[in-house]
Parts: sequence; structure tokens; C-alpha cells
Amino acid sequence: MPTHTDSAGAHPDHSSPSSAATPVIEFVDVEKRFGSNTVLKDLNFSVARGERVTLIGPSGSGKTTILRLVMTLEELTGGYIYVDGQPLTYEDRAGRRVPVPKKQQKALRTRIGMVFQQFNLFPNMTVLENIIEAPIHVLGQSKKDAMSKAYSLLEQVGLPDKADAHPLSLSGGQQQRVAIARALAMDPEILLLDEVTSALDPEVVGDVLNILRDVADSTNVTMLIVTHEMGFARDVSHKVMMFDGGRVVEEGHPDQIFTSPTHARTQQFLSAVLGES
Amino acid sequence: MTRVTISAAEIEDPTLVDEDQVRQSPFWDWEFALDALPDMLLAFLQVTLVVTVVGTLIAAVLGLVIAVLLRVLPAPLAWVLKWAANFIRMTPIVVQLIFVFWTFMWLDSLTIGIVVFGVHYATYMSEVYRAGIESVPKGQWEAATALSMPPVRVWRKVVIPQALRSTVPSLGNYAISMFKDTPFLIVISVAEMVTVAGQIGAPTFRYTEVYVIAGLIFLAASYPTAVLINRLEKRLAYAH
Repeated sequence: MPTHTDSAGAHPDHSSPSSAATPVIEFVDVEKRFGSNTVLKDLNFSVARGERVTLIGPSGSGKTTILRLVMTLEELTGGYIYVDGQPLTYEDRAGRRVPVPKKQQKALRTRIGMVFQQFNLFPNMTVLENIIEAPIHVLGQSKKDAMSKAYSLLEQVGLPDKADAHPLSLSGGQQQRVAIARALAMDPEILLLDEVTSALDPEVVGDVLNILRDVADSTNVTMLIVTHEMGFARDVSHKVMMFDGGRVVEEGHPDQIFTSPTHARTQQFLSAVLGES
Repeated sequence: MTRVTISAAEIEDPTLVDEDQVRQSPFWDWEFALDALPDMLLAFLQVTLVVTVVGTLIAAVLGLVIAVLLRVLPAPLAWVLKWAANFIRMTPIVVQLIFVFWTFMWLDSLTIGIVVFGVHYATYMSEVYRAGIESVPKGQWEAATALSMPPVRVWRKVVIPQALRSTVPSLGNYAISMFKDTPFLIVISVAEMVTVAGQIGAPTFRYTEVYVIAGLIFLAASYPTAVLINRLEKRLAYAH
């Protein structure tokens, strides 16, 4: 198990992340509709390299949709998303909005990793096979390299003896830790965490969050996080964005958002989530 | 007609039979039964088993190819394939056998039988595979996308292995169903076991032995098949 004795109150370095010349993620006039239902509207924000941003807000406010748009799991119905300054799905070519070539989209996508609420491990593969599949067949690593990396990641997530286990024989918390190792095996620049503890038993939530704190502390990976764990959000994020009705109603430093939110909607949401106190 | 009737058994001298003799003969004649057995077994092995085994292999592979193509082809092509498969599935196999028999005169009847059975059942099996593919959770596709896995790899390593798990029992049922449809081969003059049984019984009007044997042979073949399918199903289940 990764030890994390000093996590309580140990906030990350909140000084602005280094080399913020080009944002790693940039949303420009993003709009997302499902049929006639507009989920996101006129959304503009950017995330700097190494920055960890948490999206909070009531369910249905479009937070998860934002992660899914970055992972290209949803069709972008309006506007543009840039990753490392390059258009991810659509680009503006002489005033016309055209789809980005598939090859370019794929190249950008390999820089992005995602951990899902429901883990989504491949049940027909062992834990090890889950982790080395993409490094070998997408990044072209040798089997030997991919395996040694996989073992060290399993060590990091506290499951060194589960390499040959099948995912469905593991508990939810263990599966999610494997899923984190699988995402990290791709060495992503951007890690998307979509309510990664929501499907877990309360007593294992802490383990998974501690692993993610370690990842945040030990790497420079940019994180976009959707979570209901406000303590975790406060510990790891550089910035918190409060969503409601598909728009950002307030954003700022976690200390400010959690202690003195200015917007009435944020105050209302936080008091509901954190309990009336 | 240029075709020659094929029969797996040479019919014995069909001399006229004395009716009284038939009536007085015992219900079950062991000697007659043992005489009939080799020809029937031969017909079973050479025709029934060959058509079923090769036909099932063709159906299982082609059915999967159809199911995957329906998902990956551009819409107009998928539409054409879908209706071609529907057409084959919704017309009787007897009609298809006769049609192919008289359209491709130069082909050997047994080959026609195998191909028609294989293609006909492929259209059924493609529906089983389709259901299996649809049963793979959306999250599996999304995880594959998040890992940027190439589409061929996603199908081969993630979707098809998981889709197959739920399909084995239904595919097995179709294999057994095909097995029991083989007597239809008579319409293209392929004498499989049941036809041969009739041919052996005809001269003496002794049908009891031959059809009981035919039934026992079907049973003897179906039962191990069912056991095999059961075992395969267990092997495909995830280890826990």
C-alpha cells in the first residue's frame, strides 16, 4: 500500500504551473447538444500544463460530458477543443468548421488517458494483459518494457501480486486501482478522472484517492477531475470550476471556492454536499 | 437432366416380396438390423456428419463475418448485406437447395449441400453474434477508445471474445438443428442416412429396424455434441 501519512492538510504547491505558454487543453465556444437538449453552451476555459482542475456541480450540469468530449467519446456539436494547441476533433479552416483528419485525432488522443466510474477493465484479459495491451499495440513498446512498467505500476497502486488475476475476481477498489495503472501505463499528458470513487464501497475510497494524490504529487500530469469528494478536490486541485446548467458559474482557487464561495449557486451546492454546517 | 442420382448404399435385388411372409415375420429382426447397420453408418459418416460439421464451421465463421460487417460497413453496403441475409434466412432451405442445384449444374451435389447449409445457417448465426456483440457493455468500447486501440484490435481482443461467451449455447442449438435438417438433402439427390434407411427397408417393407437405428445414431451423435457445447460454454466463462 502506498503510504501517505502527510496528506492531511498538505495542499499542493498552488503556485501557477510551469511553462504555461500553450494551454494543454483549451475549450473555445464549446457547445454540446444531445438532440434538442443543450448540455454545454458557450463554454470557454483552458488548462495549463501540469494544472489539476476539478469540476464540481450538481449532476446533469455537464461535468462528465466535458471529460467525454476531451476523450473523444462524444461528438462535439459546436465550437473547438484544442490539445497542446492542436485541434482535437474540429478545426476552423478559412471560417469553416471541418473535422480534423482521423490520424491527427488519434495522435492527440494517445496523450490523453481516462479512468472511468465503472472501471471498464477488459474482463477477458488478466490484469497484466489489461495494462500492457495499449503500450505494446498502440505505442509500440516491446513486451519486456511494457511488462516491467506494468509491474512497477502495480507496485505503485498496491497490487503487486495481482498481475495474473482476472479483473472480475478483484474487488471494486482493486479494479479501479488496476484501471489507474492501465491509464498511467500510457504515460498520458492529460489524465481524466470521471467520478472514479463513486462506484466504490466507502471504506476503499480513501485508498484509491491516496493513490491519485501520490500520482498528483509525483508526476506533472495534467488532471481534469470530476468528483464528489470535496476533500480530495481541495487537496489536489489548483483550480475548481463550479458548473450549473452547462455553464461555469464560478471558478477559483480551491481554498477560496470551498471557504468563501461568492456565487449563491456555489454556496447552495457546497452546503448541500458538505452537509449543513 | 444430366445429373446422376447419388446413393451411398447399393440397393439389394428388389425382387417381389410375399405379403404373407411380411406379416408373419417378427417385429424386430436382428439379422436384418445388423445387415443394415454398416450402410447406414457409412451414409451417416459420409454425408450427415460431413455436411453438419463442415456446414457448421462455414456457418460459424461466415455468421461472425456478417455480424461484424453489419457493424463496420458504410450504411448503404450494410443495408444491402442485411437484406441479403434476411432474404436467405426467410426462405426455406429446401427451396435454396433446389435453386442452387439447378443453377450451378456443374457442381457436385454434396458440395452444394454443404455450402447451402453453411450459408443458410450463417444468416441465423449472424443474428446470434449480433446479439452477443450488442451485449458487450458500452464501457468496453469507451475504454478501448481511451486507450486509442486500433479498431481491428478492439474487435479481436475486446469485443469478439466477450460477445462469443453468450453465443455458444445458441450456436450449438443451430448446429444440432442443421444436423436434423440433413434429410432435406434428398431434394438434391444426396442420400444421407435417413434416405438410405428408406432404401434398405423398401424391398421388404421392413422399416422398423432401419428407422430405429437411424434414430439411435442421431441420438448417439447429438448427445456428445450437447455435452461438448456445454463444456465449451464453461471454458469460455471468465475465471473467478
